[in-house]
Amino acid sequence: MRRLISLLLLLIVALGIFLCFSGASFGAEGASRAGKLTEDKVNFGRRYASRGLEENKAGNIVASVVVNYRGFDTLGEVTVLFIAAVGLAAILHARREEATPSKAEPASLIVFTGCRFLFPLILLLGAYIFIHGHLTPGGGFQGGAVVASGFLLIYLGCRGRGLRSAGVAVAESLSGLAFLAVALVGLAVGGSFLLNFLPKGSAFALFSGGVIPLIYVAIGFKVGSELGGIIDNLSGEAR
Amino acid sequence: MIVFQTFLVLVMIVAALAAARFGDLLDAVIACALVSLMASIIFYFLQAPDVAMAEASIGAGLTTAIFIFAINRSIRYEENEKTD
Repeated sequence: MRRLISLLLLLIVALGIFLCFSGASFGAEGASRAGKLTEDKVNFGRRYASRGLEENKAGNIVASVVVNYRGFDTLGEVTVLFIAAVGLAAILHARREEATPSKAEPASLIVFTGCRFLFPLILLLGAYIFIHGHLTPGGGFQGGAVVASGFLLIYLGCRGRGLRSAGVAVAESLSGLAFLAVALVGLAVGGSFLLNFLPKGSAFALFSGGVIPLIYVAIGFKVGSELGGIIDNLSGEAR
Repeated sequence: MIVFQTFLVLVMIVAALAAARFGDLLDAVIACALVSLMASIIFYFLQAPDVAMAEASIGAGLTTAIFIFAINRSIRYEENEKTD
């Protein structure tokens, strides 16, 4: 019986996917079959490059594509990272309970002081990268990775200090919710998910690009807290 | 410039082969980091600075650290290799 039900559900899903994609025309063959109109729909890369700046007013066209035109893909990527972090935490959590306090000898004074000096600078660089993501190369993922590498430095230099798990979880959840909230407000205001509904300002100014900087800051916090959490989980005392 | 990029690609290939050959997993991880670093420089020359930054920070930085943590929790040498 269960097998029958699962087969039925699978058939329904397959039918749905077939209905979705049977209308779409893929690649060059579809373009030549359906003429100019479809070619515009398939060959959109050139359109992003030529009209992206005036549509989104984001100086970095890559940010415009990643966050706005292809924002849904970015949401998926962030979700994949989240699932990986959750899986790792679930695997390592069981072992962590019997973990003994760190037996490693503390780092020398020079390393300790150097880490304390460099840590805020690294955080500042990461924040710069994701706050200016719509103007200069880089963005949420890169900035978040830089922030996480700052936490890695803290682990290496200042033993016994690390992220507080509760704070990491709150930052991660809030930034994910912020991303979704901005996307859903676009849906409510203009009828399409991730619509760029804010005033866009003038290109190449810090406050420009509508929702793109907001989403990039959210992604930066999310990626930074997730990768930092992974490092925090893994760096617990081994064996 | 072409000579320099060819050199980078060659280093990448050698490092990738070395990563597959090394029995000491720590050496293999460092060879992997070298592959990522070279890829990052090549991305920069191909005018993809966004990807270059992601590759440098994630590929060469964080992934290496995570692999080293994993080696620290498991074994350092491949089996059938002599250990010292």
